[in-house]
Amino acid sequence: MRVLMFGWEFPPHISGGLGTACHGLTNSLSQENIDVLFVVPKLHGGESAERTSFINASDVPIEREGSIERYVSRTAVDAETRKNLYQVIRKNDRIRQIEVPSSLSPYRSPSFGESSSDIEHWNYPIGSEARDTTPKRMTQLDEHTSTEEKVIEKKNIVASYKFSGSYGPNLLEEVRRYAQVGAEIASKFEFDVIHAHDWMTYLAGIAAKKVSGKPLVVHVHATEYDRSGEQVDTQVRAIEQQGMAEADCVVTVSNWTKKITVTKYNIAEEKVQVVHNGIIPKIPSAKLFSPPPVGSHIVTFLGRITHQKGPLYFVEAARKVLDRIPDAHFVVAGSGDLLPLMIERIAQLRMSSHFHFTGFLRGKDIDKVWSMSNVYVMPSVSEPFGIAPLEAIQAGVPVIISNQSGVAEVMPHAIKVDFWDTHELAAAICSVLRYKSLSMTLAANSAKEIEEITWDSAAKKLTQLYHGLTENQRCA
Amino acid sequence: MDLLKTNAAPKKNLVLYFQVHQPKRLSNLRFFDIGASHPVYYNDMDREIIERVSHENYLPTNKLLLKLIKKNPEIRLSFSLSGVIMEQLERYAPEVLLSFRQLAETGAVEFLSETYYHSLACMLPGKEFEIQVLKHAEKLYQHFGVRPSVFRNTELIYNDEIGKKISRLGYLGVITDGVERVLQGRTPNHVFQHPEQENLKILLRNYRLSDDIAFRFSSEGKILTSDKYLSWLNGLPSHEEVITLGMDYETFGEHQKKETGIFKFLEEILTKLAKSNTFQLMTPSQAVIATKAQSILNVPYFISWADQERDLSAWLGNEMQRDAFDTLQALEFDVKNTNDPAILETWRNLQTSDHLYYMSTKKGGDGTVHNYFSPYPSPYEAFINYMNVLTDFTMRVKIAKAGNTVFHDTHPAKAEVERQVQAVGTRMTMLSTH
Repeated sequence: MRVLMFGWEFPPHISGGLGTACHGLTNSLSQENIDVLFVVPKLHGGESAERTSFINASDVPIEREGSIERYVSRTAVDAETRKNLYQVIRKNDRIRQIEVPSSLSPYRSPSFGESSSDIEHWNYPIGSEARDTTPKRMTQLDEHTSTEEKVIEKKNIVASYKFSGSYGPNLLEEVRRYAQVGAEIASKFEFDVIHAHDWMTYLAGIAAKKVSGKPLVVHVHATEYDRSGEQVDTQVRAIEQQGMAEADCVVTVSNWTKKITVTKYNIAEEKVQVVHNGIIPKIPSAKLFSPPPVGSHIVTFLGRITHQKGPLYFVEAARKVLDRIPDAHFVVAGSGDLLPLMIERIAQLRMSSHFHFTGFLRGKDIDKVWSMSNVYVMPSVSEPFGIAPLEAIQAGVPVIISNQSGVAEVMPHAIKVDFWDTHELAAAICSVLRYKSLSMTLAANSAKEIEEITWDSAAKKLTQLYHGLTENQRCA
Repeated sequence: MDLLKTNAAPKKNLVLYFQVHQPKRLSNLRFFDIGASHPVYYNDMDREIIERVSHENYLPTNKLLLKLIKKNPEIRLSFSLSGVIMEQLERYAPEVLLSFRQLAETGAVEFLSETYYHSLACMLPGKEFEIQVLKHAEKLYQHFGVRPSVFRNTELIYNDEIGKKISRLGYLGVITDGVERVLQGRTPNHVFQHPEQENLKILLRNYRLSDDIAFRFSSEGKILTSDKYLSWLNGLPSHEEVITLGMDYETFGEHQKKETGIFKFLEEILTKLAKSNTFQLMTPSQAVIATKAQSILNVPYFISWADQERDLSAWLGNEMQRDAFDTLQALEFDVKNTNDPAILETWRNLQTSDHLYYMSTKKGGDGTVHNYFSPYPSPYEAFINYMNVLTDFTMRVKIAKAGNTVFHDTHPAKAEVERQVQAVGTRMTMLSTH
């Protein structure tokens, strides 16, 4: 079984949880005897996973004047469009890498028009060491490219679409170009199922389906409603809608997200399958950090400072915590468009001296934050899954999460509150800070709990789905 | 000749003052650096700025002024140098201090009083304000051998209360901004008097004529000529007898670059004013001594020369600024109890108005000016960094305080023993006498 997978990022070069999820999934799928052909907008070097081929879309030539309508519209694709237009840049056993360059990011709706530097990199340790070794690894990979296939150029073709590399008016244009690349790739490779991760790749998935006639799985890691509340970007929403409608099977990362696809996108419940995310086991590193620089009651918010993550509820709860525990301190690790509003509210409540902003963090700095935190709070307004609480637990930090998060479904031992109930949230924070026995029990039980939350079980469920689709044309 | 002069209309007085100030900039303190004994100040940046501004502005302008004063002994002008810039000049550009000293020695230049730290100390309770004013006066004396007699507060912040404090320190005059809402229809071009302190005269900066040079000297490709400017001055009504102009000294060569012709303008206007039959250049103290107050100026609320509002909103206009300043203020007691001069010094440097100015979230023209001066990409970064520095500083204060507490804890015990010994001794004495 071979799966053509459209992703947006892949470790080590990632912007957030999507890349981590794709990494975990592809690795575990290899144990299920699944080969993956993984397409990303841009390969940065250093990407690798068992039985996974990477395709660098930057190197896939597409027609300059080409339109995606013939791929994503309902009409059949004529043979002339199935051209031999790809370039396999790396071939490693059964692994190929294809890349599509783009400035898109799955974490923002395009209407914000912000630069990608505003998106933080907090989910995966990207050390400078990893980057340093990249060229070396590239060389090693290149040695294996003896079977590299040649590009066959046609006259009406340009080498590749020059993506802007930033957010802007070209955003949707880039998504459409990615779909063109998807069609080109689909016409050239053998595979059994198409699997597209999040909205930027849905059009590519649809195009690939039209070209190949293979079943399409769209994997919903987040929806526009999670990212933007009710102020959805209509164009992004339309692409999501089209992707879910044209898919043979919709996979969501939680029941919470399934409910959104059913209620907000009117997708038939039977067509939606829940596959919870896993977490890659990590042996807790030795305590590398000195005592916290501020106080000894540290409450941590780690995540993008956007509507979705509920930062303002955290602030309101903090005021109530400080009224009871005046020496509590709050560390805010992350950045985002709500940071100014958050800071102003904190100042208004006269808590500036108790709030500490780290900016966005990666790698060792995240470990430092975990090692000084007494409790991690994720008051997300709508969180499809939420990997950060699992990482906190891996680091031995007890967590408080909102009921409106997918991760709550797999964590019976976390404290759960409604994001809007800042009173309850404050009470929970105070309890964990005050009662060491509670804090220790939570941390210990959750640590046991997350041993069961693996990518292997996610991959098993996906494999079943693939077989159901290819053998019975059923999403089950 | 003499007869002719006495018959002519009295000359108008023109007071000119230049503000010379650069803050001691704070180091970029990341959250993880808190408590790691990082330096408080970003000395490299200070050095770089002082060296650049000295080269482009302070040295050439001082040189020009010295030349002009030698040529035209009628020239009078004044400077206000903050304590923190004098400190930085000592370290990074002593030749600038030397050139100011040469200007001082001409006798044509007066130095004004201000708070040493160019601070918002006037907002603090107690004697902090007076301490910083006197510390500044000491520094002036140390460098220029003069004692100031006219005061101007940080960014011309002023109200009746500040006037009272200044008068009690013995100052004869104070300069603030000619803000319409306190003038209530009157012209700023007079000498005013404090409502209670009869001996305190007030000079009001004519901000329109000042900003014509400071902000509007070159705009949209056009530059202001000395003739044009002189014609504006000549157009003022004859009964308006004192015109006060004040601006950043950095106007000459830094805000307005050399290429705009700002130095030529300065040379021409000073030469023309020195030779003028209608104007007489005066230092602020000459003006307050020689001129009678025309009316009383009531200033019940804070005014300043900053932004459109000309109030405190440039520094304490938003919640971040107020919370940061409140947090700093709340440390006063602990800071002073440490008896640690370095800690006290840092606390006072953190009061420098610039740090709060960078946190302003004003938009439009004022916002542009705030951004121009700020070393931070946004007010939020300025705020976060300031709070990180303040948190780090708070820890130092706590440690120093704990050190003192240990000392006091052992001390009373010892004292108690001694007291008992003494008591026993006294009883014994009493016993023996009876």
